[in-house]
Amino acid sequence: MADALSLAIADLHAFYGDSHVLHGVSLDIPAGECVTIIGRNGAGKTTTLRSIMGLIQKRTGSIKIAGQDVIAAPPEKVARLGVAYVPEERGIYATLDVTENLLLPRKVNDRGMSIDDIYALFPNLKERRRSQGTRLSGGEQQMLAIARVLRTGASLFLLDEPTEGLAPVIVQQIGKAIELMKSQGHTIVLVEQNFRFATKIADRHYVMERGRIIDMIPRAEVAAKATQIQQYLGI
Amino acid sequence: MSSQVIFGQLVVGLINGSFYALLSLGFAIIVGLLGIINVAQGTFYMLGAFGSWMLLNYLGIGYWPALVLSPLGAALLGMLLEKTLISRVYHLDHIYGLLLTYGLMMFIMGAFIYFYATAGRPYPVPEELRGGYDLGFMFLPKYRAWVVLMAVVFCFGTWYAIEKTAIGRTLRAATENPQLTRAFGINVPALLTFGFGVGVALAGFAGVMAAPIYSVSPLMGGDLVIVIFAVVVVGGMGSILGSIVTAFSLGLLEGLAKVVYPQGSNMVIFVIMLVVLLVKPAGLFGHEK
Repeated sequence: MADALSLAIADLHAFYGDSHVLHGVSLDIPAGECVTIIGRNGAGKTTTLRSIMGLIQKRTGSIKIAGQDVIAAPPEKVARLGVAYVPEERGIYATLDVTENLLLPRKVNDRGMSIDDIYALFPNLKERRRSQGTRLSGGEQQMLAIARVLRTGASLFLLDEPTEGLAPVIVQQIGKAIELMKSQGHTIVLVEQNFRFATKIADRHYVMERGRIIDMIPRAEVAAKATQIQQYLGI
Repeated sequence: MSSQVIFGQLVVGLINGSFYALLSLGFAIIVGLLGIINVAQGTFYMLGAFGSWMLLNYLGIGYWPALVLSPLGAALLGMLLEKTLISRVYHLDHIYGLLLTYGLMMFIMGAFIYFYATAGRPYPVPEELRGGYDLGFMFLPKYRAWVVLMAVVFCFGTWYAIEKTAIGRTLRAATENPQLTRAFGINVPALLTFGFGVGVALAGFAGVMAAPIYSVSPLMGGDLVIVIFAVVVVGGMGSILGSIVTAFSLGLLEGLAKVVYPQGSNMVIFVIMLVVLLVKPAGLFGHEK
C-alpha cells in the first residue's frame, strides 16, 4: 500500500489575466479519500485542478500537499511530490507514439505499475502501442491519459472529466482503473459531470458554483439530497 | 563542359550543404523547442571558428581538441545568454526573440571586428587530413570528405537522438506542449536551456569544421543566416529531417547552378523557397497548423 498524500486547500484565489476565477476555495481531503468536485460548466472545477498542479501562475491562498505548501511551486515540483494530473483535453502528444506517451512522465518512486500491468489493464493500448498519440480514438486517448499516470508511483490523482463524451463500455473500463487506484489507497480528486458515475466511486462530493465551494455532500446523504443536487448541476 | 567541372562543383555544393545542414539543424531545434528565431546562429558558427583560431594561436591547442572545446565554449556562452536574456522573451511575440538575437549578433560581431578587424585569418588543415584521393574522374581533398562525413554523422546522430531516445522523447513533448510536460515532473525551463546549448553547439562545431576551408573572420556566418532561414522554411519550420534533407539538396542544387547558370547560383535557393512557399506554405516536411 502506498503512502497516499493528503490535500488541504485554504482560501484559494486564482486569476486568468485580469479575470478573477476562484474566490476563496477551501477543500480538505485526507489521504486515501476519493472526492468529486461537481458543478456547472464554468464553475471553476478545472481551474481548481490546474491551480493545484501549478499550471495557473496567478494564485493566492494555500495549497498543502501532505502538509507542504505548494502555492509558489512550479508544476514539475508538484508532480515530483507524487501528484498526477489527467487534463480534461487529455493532453496526448501527437509527436509521441503510445509507448512514448506512457514513458514520458518522470517516475516519482518505484511503486507505480509496470508497463505490462498497464497493458493488461488496457489491452486496446497494447494493440496500438506503435500508433502516434493522436491517431487513437477518443476512448483510447482517455485510457492512455489515465494509463500514463499509473506508472509513475504518484499517490494523489487529479482527474478532470475522465468519462466526458465516451461510450458506456469505455466508461466502465475507466471506472475499473479508478477503482484500482482507490483500492491501492491513493487519494483521488475527480471532476465529473456524470453524477451517476461519480456517486458509484466517491466518498464525498464538493459542489462548486462561481468560483466557490457552496456545499459538501457525503456519500450517505446523496439519496436524500437528490433534488438539491439536480438543482446544483442545473439538470 | 567537362565532367571534372561538374563533379568539382557538386563537391563544393555538398560541402556547402554540409554546413547548411549543421547550422539549420541547430536552428530548427531552437525554433521548434524555444520558438526563438535565432538570428545569431551564424554568430555562434563564427565563434566556433574563432574559438579554434584562438585556441591554436594563444594556447597552442590544435584542431582535434578544438573540435570539442570550441563548440562547448559556444554552447556555454549560448546557455548563459539563454538564462539571462533570451528566456525573458518567451512569452512575447516571435519578433522580440528575433530582434533580441539580432542585437546579440550585432554586439558580438561588433566586438570581434573591434579587436580583430575584418581581414580573414588562415587556419591550417590538420596534418592527418592533408592531401586527397584521386578518384579518376576528379581529385577529392581529404579534408572535404571529412567535412561531409562528419556532417552526415552529426545529422544522423541528432535525428536519432531526437526520434529514438528518452531525452529526445522529452524534448519532443516539451516542444509540443511545454506546460503539460512540466506537470509530468519534467523541468522544462532547464530543458530549454539545454536545447539552446545543443543548437548553438552544432553551429560552433560547424564553425570549427569551416575554419580550415574558409578563412576565419568576424564576418563569416553573417550572410549564412539568410540561407539557413531559407533552408528551414523550405524544409518546414521545426522539422529536423526536413532541415537535413533540404540543406543537402539545396547545397547540391546551388553547386549545379554554378555550372549551368553561374549568374543565378546565388539566387537559386531563394527561388526554390519562393516556389515552395507558394505551393506548400508549411514547407516540404512541415505540417499545416
